[in-house]
Amino acid sequence: MLRLEARPNPSKPMQALTPILAVLATMVAGGILFLLLGKNPFEAIRMLFWDPVLGEYAFYYRGQILIKAAPLIMIALGLSFGFRANIWNIGAEGQFIMGAICGGAVGLAFYPMEAFWIFPLMIIVGTLGGMLWALIPAFLKNRFNANEILVSLMLVYVAENFLAAMVTGPLRSPVGMNFPVSRSFNDYPAANNPELITGSGLHWGVVTALFLVIVAYVALTRHIGGFQVRVAGQSSRAAKFAGINPKLMVAICLGLSGALAGMAGIFEVTGPAGNLSTHLPLGYGFTAIIVAFLGRLHPVGVLMAGLLLAITIVGGDIVQTSLQVPKASIQVFQGMLLFFLLGFEILINFRVRLTIKGAA
Amino acid sequence: MTPLLRISGLTKAYPGVVANDNVSFDIQPGEVHALLGENGAGKSTLVKAIYGLVHPDSGSMELNGSDYTPKEPRQARAAGVAMVFQHFSLFEALTVGENIALGMENAPETKALSARIRTVSENYGLPLDPDRLVGDLSAGERQRVEIVRCLLQDPKLLVMDEPTSVLTPQEVETLFHTLRKLRDEGTSILYISHKLDEIRQICDHATILRLGKVVGTCTPSEETPKSMAEMMVGTTLTAPKKTAFNPGPVLLEVHNLWLESSDPFGTSLKDVNFSLHAGEVLGIGGVAGNGQDELLLALSGEELVEHDAVHFKGEAMGDKGPNHRRVRGLQTAPEERLGHAAAPDMSLTENALLTAFEREKLTSNGFIQWDATRNFARAIVEKFDVRTPSVNNAAKSLSGGNLQKFVIGREIMQNPDVLVVNQPTWGVDASAAADIRQALLELAAKGAAVLVISQDLDELMEISDTFAVLSEGTLSKVRSAQGVTIEEIGLLMGGTEVSHAPA
Repeated sequence: MLRLEARPNPSKPMQALTPILAVLATMVAGGILFLLLGKNPFEAIRMLFWDPVLGEYAFYYRGQILIKAAPLIMIALGLSFGFRANIWNIGAEGQFIMGAICGGAVGLAFYPMEAFWIFPLMIIVGTLGGMLWALIPAFLKNRFNANEILVSLMLVYVAENFLAAMVTGPLRSPVGMNFPVSRSFNDYPAANNPELITGSGLHWGVVTALFLVIVAYVALTRHIGGFQVRVAGQSSRAAKFAGINPKLMVAICLGLSGALAGMAGIFEVTGPAGNLSTHLPLGYGFTAIIVAFLGRLHPVGVLMAGLLLAITIVGGDIVQTSLQVPKASIQVFQGMLLFFLLGFEILINFRVRLTIKGAA
Repeated sequence: MTPLLRISGLTKAYPGVVANDNVSFDIQPGEVHALLGENGAGKSTLVKAIYGLVHPDSGSMELNGSDYTPKEPRQARAAGVAMVFQHFSLFEALTVGENIALGMENAPETKALSARIRTVSENYGLPLDPDRLVGDLSAGERQRVEIVRCLLQDPKLLVMDEPTSVLTPQEVETLFHTLRKLRDEGTSILYISHKLDEIRQICDHATILRLGKVVGTCTPSEETPKSMAEMMVGTTLTAPKKTAFNPGPVLLEVHNLWLESSDPFGTSLKDVNFSLHAGEVLGIGGVAGNGQDELLLALSGEELVEHDAVHFKGEAMGDKGPNHRRVRGLQTAPEERLGHAAAPDMSLTENALLTAFEREKLTSNGFIQWDATRNFARAIVEKFDVRTPSVNNAAKSLSGGNLQKFVIGREIMQNPDVLVVNQPTWGVDASAAADIRQALLELAAKGAAVLVISQDLDELMEISDTFAVLSEGTLSKVRSAQGVTIEEIGLLMGGTEVSHAPA
């Protein structure tokens, strides 16, 4: 029988190395996966990790990496605060969608007015939209003790269908030949989130995400609010003793992560996506969960993990198109990354003992 | 004479700690043998090995001269070894008889069993009705069920782990009566406790463990509690010095305090009233689970009560949270150190911040002053002699006594006007306990008021000026601690109000 035994002193260097070990293990297991699919594993891994950053067409892919990384980082920063406090917002995808719808609707309402304040107002409303969507599970948890994992996840599907209803109904573009899409924000300068330097991928969302990494770092390590989030995650009784209101903590953590997801949504829809459509949800809200854990719930870690995951998304597209592997194989690849990360974490904190039943 | 049980060179190691290191001693037939030692000395591991719950790494045991290696408790029971645990394993929804039948190999038919239970329990002065529900029994009566269950198997060796921690003094007397009778009939008893007075009363021999090793043996009746405590700790102990009590102005007034316990197994507070004066140490005794935790939560502000129920320095603050109270000088230290008073994985520096950030001004505009916080944590460590490599170590890496010194020190260093502590020396080694009591007395001598909730009557008698007892959520009248007898306290703990001139 296998038994896990807590290690008295888990190794500190090994703890720091886990994300790297997890990436290496994923490369090996992922290579085997590609081999089983009948592809050259070395070529596939090179396309995944090397080509987007340093390959022949990297000048194009690097911009794409930033575009993919920004929402991942923004959402994961919010999630990591909640996860630290043991508040599990699994529905960032839904909050991302609601942020995009709310902010986008504001922009569409002012069409075709040109004013400098329209874009900032859209960002604010989008952020609030994501926050309010996340406060639904917070309210239900505080009022009825409903599990926020289930409620927030279910609300993703509500948000997806709400989006479909909006783009086939009130928000459908009058000039879109009846396609289920909204007007293009790229064609409406006051509501556009443009590329700041052509070809760089840099848009206001990327700038904001990088800025938020710094804010989150300061909040977590220097501010009493971040400290209280960490206490709440360690022990709910100690948190109560320290004067932390657990219900307020639930509302803050869910509201904050929802706000950041909503903000990512509105930046996405006004920039890279360009319009509201049923193709908007790309799974950033779910991938950000991997980013938060891979980054060890630390803002700097989240920054690096966000870039890494963005590379695998861009690289995944390359592998998918050049080697004709199914899209699901890339998702399996990302899933393996989280699997190995969590697995190594257990092995660092516990020792596996083989015991023969009866003898012990 | 062949010893009943001979333990030779028994060793058991767990990852990172040797719980028993080459332990050897004998238990003679018909003696009450005490196993003495502080928390973590290895007493529990040793008795678990005797009862077949733990398998030693090396060493051997002999029962009546023949090899004894119990693989599981069933074998231990078959060999005549019975054990009464500190925590009872009884089903509350079943009757006494059903509970006892569940623990037997071949339980006789209900009627016959009931008759046997009655005979055995009356023989040993432990009256017990087999048809009553266990849920309706007091802690003392539940322990009787466990003892009778053991006695029905005619044990040669009865192991008792901290049997008196849940009993009132009167119930302890009854228990000792039973144990003496058993001993006179030839049953040996292995008695584990750290209450030294009891050991002097009941035990014939004692084996003393420290850090897993046998460090001595003695005849308790020839020793003093102090000399035995010193053998347990390995150093000399000094009793705290108490100064005369001159009551100052009222600092804390609790008036008609009612609190519905949020814990389904908790005890609600019913109309608690008392006032606490500057310079006073008020001791609140009582058996565990009679509202002690609830009283601390109501005073710390973790549980909110009526606005007027708690007056502190003239301000009503029953409905105000912990930080509101702390800033004004009402500090608390709960019983549970890890996970309540301190966050286990956080460093001592961070734990210093936990309760002190407002009163000690360790933040400015919400930003933490880490240097100031570290200095504050260092000051606690230094002043209260907390043994730790550095203030960066996690709270959970400290021993119970050291962490308790840190937790109490953290509150005292904030110069509280009122300090409320629950079980300040529970599970703490004797020298740390003496330090903590001394610090509480010094705080009171400086003009603060201290409320000590404790189940350790000796401790309360040692440091209290005034005394009251919590019983089923009701607080007795506060009286002067001088001249209170153990009998009186016992009656109070059982819920009887003694007519006596109040303090």
